Amino acid sequence: MSTVVTPGLFSQVDVSVSKKTPYLMAAFAVFVLVAFGFAGKTEIVAFQWSKEDDLIHLPDFLVASNVVGLVLGTVLVAIAVFSFVLAQRTRVTPLWLTLVFGLLAVVALLAWLAAGNTLPFAFILGNAVVLAVPLALGAMGGIMSERVGVVNIAIEGQLLTGAFLAAVVGSLTDNLYLGLIVAMIGAALLSMVLAVFSIQYLVDQIIVGVVLNVLVLGITNFLYAQWLSNDGQNSNFPGTFPIIPIPGLSAIPVIGPALFEARITTYLAYVIIPVLWFILFKTRLGLRARSVGEHPLAADTVGINVAVTRFWWVAIGGLVAGLGGAALTIGAVGAFGRNMSGGQGFIALAVVILGRWHPFSAAAAALLFGFSIVLRIWANQVSPGIPTDFITIVPYVVTLIAVVGFVGRVRAPAATGKPYIKG
Amino acid sequence: MSDGTETPVVGRGAAVIREIMSGGAARALLSVVAGFVIGAIFMVFSSEEFLAAAQYLTSRPADALGAAWTAIAEGYSALFRGSIYNYTAASFEASIRPMTETLRFAGPLIASGLGVALAFRVGLFNIGASGQLLFGALWATWISTRVELPWGVHLVVAVLVAILGAAAYGAVVGFLKARTGAHEVIVTIMLNYIAAGILTFFFRTPELLREVDGGGTPKSDAPAESAQLPLLLGPEFTLHAGFILAIVGVVVYWWLMERSTIGFRFRMVGHNADAARTAGINVERTFVLAMAVSGAFVGLAAANQALGVRAGLTPDIDGTIGFDAITVALLGSSTAPGVLLAGLLFGAFKAGAPQMQVIGLSPEITGVVQGFIVLFIAAPPLVRAIFRLPPPQKTTVIADWWQKLTTKGDPK
Repeated sequence: MSTVVTPGLFSQVDVSVSKKTPYLMAAFAVFVLVAFGFAGKTEIVAFQWSKEDDLIHLPDFLVASNVVGLVLGTVLVAIAVFSFVLAQRTRVTPLWLTLVFGLLAVVALLAWLAAGNTLPFAFILGNAVVLAVPLALGAMGGIMSERVGVVNIAIEGQLLTGAFLAAVVGSLTDNLYLGLIVAMIGAALLSMVLAVFSIQYLVDQIIVGVVLNVLVLGITNFLYAQWLSNDGQNSNFPGTFPIIPIPGLSAIPVIGPALFEARITTYLAYVIIPVLWFILFKTRLGLRARSVGEHPLAADTVGINVAVTRFWWVAIGGLVAGLGGAALTIGAVGAFGRNMSGGQGFIALAVVILGRWHPFSAAAAALLFGFSIVLRIWANQVSPGIPTDFITIVPYVVTLIAVVGFVGRVRAPAATGKPYIKG
Repeated sequence: MSDGTETPVVGRGAAVIREIMSGGAARALLSVVAGFVIGAIFMVFSSEEFLAAAQYLTSRPADALGAAWTAIAEGYSALFRGSIYNYTAASFEASIRPMTETLRFAGPLIASGLGVALAFRVGLFNIGASGQLLFGALWATWISTRVELPWGVHLVVAVLVAILGAAAYGAVVGFLKARTGAHEVIVTIMLNYIAAGILTFFFRTPELLREVDGGGTPKSDAPAESAQLPLLLGPEFTLHAGFILAIVGVVVYWWLMERSTIGFRFRMVGHNADAARTAGINVERTFVLAMAVSGAFVGLAAANQALGVRAGLTPDIDGTIGFDAITVALLGSSTAPGVLLAGLLFGAFKAGAPQMQVIGLSPEITGVVQGFIVLFIAAPPLVRAIFRLPPPQKTTVIADWWQKLTTKGDPK
């Protein structure tokens, strides 16, 4: 995070650091230690690092479930203590440490769930990545829009537009790349509607966003029921992009097959996320964009055209979100289904916030949601007794906790949601 | 946007007409008309006869026009037959049944629309109607399937619990916003998913709410007969007392917002929270209260959904009501009569679905119409541009006249 500021620049920055994060971490750590460690199951877990056909085959790692709980629980307690010490010295717990904490807690949960079973680590990670791609791309679109000061509730509609157009155009033209491009353009046009209404006509951005979602859902539902479901062979049978292993990288044990045997949509996400970070934080273009989102009046004063900047960032954000929508259909399952995005746009919105409007953190948050979806499916198969509904809601609870400010300070760009009227 | 364009001095009658045409009601009406027109275009282009005739459009344009007209006429008359009066039905009961179905569907839409509308008036955006509805329905189902109470008392308790459950869930949003400044839109979206997870867990777990002899799918028992909302028009019709609840809600909403001190405080915070704070209003407490009351109205919809059925409930009992409620509140411009009318319109859309299915038109067309209506509503400049309406008026001819009529003694 680039929120480290020179003291004195923002004199109102709180001197005392809130101890909410350490306390919350301590509570989680103790829970893991007790529930998965001391009271954990004694059955053996087989960590399966690689699939049968991987180039480098690692042997399974066998360990008792409660041992994993004890070890990871102790590490988590140590991190919580460290975070407490940082807070005493008026330093904020770094974001990466919070992420490591979360990841270790997830592994402990996995080991507890898989007691007496194998834990197909590579399989879970690979699926989590595939599921995270639309979320991450939707979130990148959201970040681009919110960084310049326009709230984008319409990510859901953009994903749905992208998913629909990619499948239909890809199917009708037999050209998936054309489908991909049309999907991106379609979502960008939707984004422009949002931009024009909120920048030019000063209509409430959240209302326009919600309305666009309702509109796209209505239109795609109708076209799906009236047209695609009758003529599916012709208009809704696009197939998917081929899986391309990247030579060399895909041979890395554990993460290679999960990350580098993927479709082009996934690789595009790998490119877009760092590029967006670079543009936002390392270029003049990004500085201008952020200034428009933080203090439009100041930006205007130094000669930046606020309205034009906002328009193009929101529009190009739509392109990226449209790519995310295409990842739902031709980047994963192929055919379009009714209400295909099914609320993933709202999850992407949560990802934006959980990732504190930062591309890398948002990508990590998207991965967290991807994990939770895989876990729900996988946990149901491994141990049917456990309440999967609670695994489902964990990411939402985490987001809620982040939003209400227990985990660090989550702060939106200052001018987000506020129209700028040139005086 | 129209600063500086002073209204020219015109006659009183012309001023009245200008004021009506630039007001919210006219815009709402024109938005509905525009929505129906776009829906008609969708119908035409999904009609196979039209597409066939369009192949030889230049040689025989009348065919295409005829096919287009047939598609529109058939589509909207099916909607009419399904939602208002079925003139082809054999019996009187069957011919007026569509109307009662419209009222049944409108009940939860009106109630939840009131909830969202109230939040709008306080300057809050309640996207959480779905979560509040689920949470209210969860506890109402508990009362209706797991608790035995005497006839009469059972229903009253179940309805009250639905209202209280939804209100409590709404209050959480207000509390988090007031305490931490978290934006209510994000909080409500997250709480929607959390409520859905909790409800599914309850409906899945045999010790909690799962059907007594049910299988693996999450489903509850049917509400006990003593806790069901009674049918209003006998066993021939499915219309139940939930609609009465919604109407009571409309009246309460009107009184609360237009006549009560609390409503005044709500509107004041909605207009300008800083000014309200300066005037001595506890804005934070108002947020909590407003979200609780907003949730309470959604609770009426929860009672509709949980107690208005004769069969077991599944976790999707909220349907699309959460988002429909937003469109209802927007179209009804957050006023009691507006929400009532908007709820009836969208209720008619839902009721008309089966008849449209019969003629081979996907009932999802109403979703298109609904989407465009709210788009036009949400973007006043767009509607004004399409229909060349005058800009918002600064004159208050009608308001003055109304005040003279309604105020005894001296106006101001």
